[in-house]
Amino acid sequence: MLEVNSISKKFGDFQAVKDVSFKAKQGEVLGFLGPNGAGKSTTMKMITGFLDVGEGDATICGKSILSDTLDAQKNIGYVPENAPLYEEMYVREFLEFIARMREVEEDKLSARIIDVINMCALQEVEFQKIETLSKGYKRRVSLAQSLVHDPKVLILDEPTDGLDPNQKHDVRELIKELAKEKCILISTHILEEVEEVCDRCIIIGEGEKLFEGTPAELKGKSSRGRIQDVFRSITTGATLEGVTA
Amino acid sequence: MISSTTKHLFIKEFSSYFKSPLGYVFLVIFLFGIGYLTFEPGRGSFFYMREASMTSFFRYIPWMFLFLVPAVSMRLWSDERKSGTIELLLTMPVTVKQAVIAKFLASWVFIGVALAGTFPMVLTIIYLGSPDLGVVFLGYCASFLIAGALLAIGGFFSALTKNQVISFILTVVVCFILLMAGSPPILEFISTFSPKYFVDLFESLSILNHFDSIERGVFSLSNFWFFAVMIMCWLYGNIVLLNENKAN
Repeated sequence: MLEVNSISKKFGDFQAVKDVSFKAKQGEVLGFLGPNGAGKSTTMKMITGFLDVGEGDATICGKSILSDTLDAQKNIGYVPENAPLYEEMYVREFLEFIARMREVEEDKLSARIIDVINMCALQEVEFQKIETLSKGYKRRVSLAQSLVHDPKVLILDEPTDGLDPNQKHDVRELIKELAKEKCILISTHILEEVEEVCDRCIIIGEGEKLFEGTPAELKGKSSRGRIQDVFRSITTGATLEGVTA
Repeated sequence: MISSTTKHLFIKEFSSYFKSPLGYVFLVIFLFGIGYLTFEPGRGSFFYMREASMTSFFRYIPWMFLFLVPAVSMRLWSDERKSGTIELLLTMPVTVKQAVIAKFLASWVFIGVALAGTFPMVLTIIYLGSPDLGVVFLGYCASFLIAGALLAIGGFFSALTKNQVISFILTVVVCFILLMAGSPPILEFISTFSPKYFVDLFESLSILNHFDSIERGVFSLSNFWFFAVMIMCWLYGNIVLLNENKAN
């Protein structure tokens, strides 16, 4: 459903992403891990068609983001980093705008908006201006806009960043619920999140893929079962006690 | 053929002018300002000229637009890039070209609404005398075209920087130079270091000369094409710049 083939990106002389490949299928949550500046967001921006792909290609439901950009984008729901929103709009009005831009049919639009409002628990703020909302609600509105056209592939760039523990829990529960029928790529640097929601994970560092496997395999590399030690060892190259390379 | 995404983006952008104070501040200042300047107690005043024409009204339009249009255009892309919503917008099934056109048209129609708000002036001259309504119509066309050209320039500079103030200042400066390109002091200055053909070329870029000739009631295709080409070139620049800058 989501296939990334040898994707690379250079900004001037800086190699932001180097030859990264992976696949994810329906019903799977793929965690995308890496330290800040590792190239997670750049890769996601290329997959969503926001950034031009330097080399390689990504296909979403069989549509190439290079040659069939608009059709590929129709199957993607995307929550960008920091969840930017049109702050001057009202929540419902914003979701209606996104639904129309995403070409949701007019006769189904209203029902679909109600669905995502319920799914993301936005009933209380439906008629509020986005700029007046708390950070938690803004994240949920951002998640709602990514779901409004019922996409097959969800790309979530740090969706729980900056949320309190209760809000993180709610978002993770929602992701688990959505994972039943969608393919989800989620970037994060919260390692507990990987264990909780991801079926598989990829670690990248300095633009290169360093690990691919299940969270259990990742954890299994540490004799103490400390996933953060394995993460540090992989991304920094440091030799840590009890961690096998 | 306008795509449905372009249409919905246009509607959202157009209605956004009336959701923030910007739209109302613009309308009030524009209508009050142009009203005052038209009837101001100087030699170019409507009353001093003693004729049922809108010459004194259209004379001040470019100068009002010089400061007000960049205030509208400065937020077109700077705001999207600064807040990151550009990422949201351009990952929807809409091309950069469609997005640029939708935003440009929305702001242009908004200026059109502001111009339409000056209709009492037309009623006044019809009441006072027998004006040549063809000339009045062409005056409005010229005003609308000059607004389009300034907006296209403003859109370009808005895509250049995330800072709205810098975008505003650059737009005012470039618009001022292009408005004044046909004026003798500027042409004399340029002729001190440039060959004659360059001076002629520079003079032909004068927005004000083309505006004046339409506003006087002389409609020629060359004037129309001047504005059409001017708008298209700056919009093209806007698209190229946005493709380069969107991720920075």
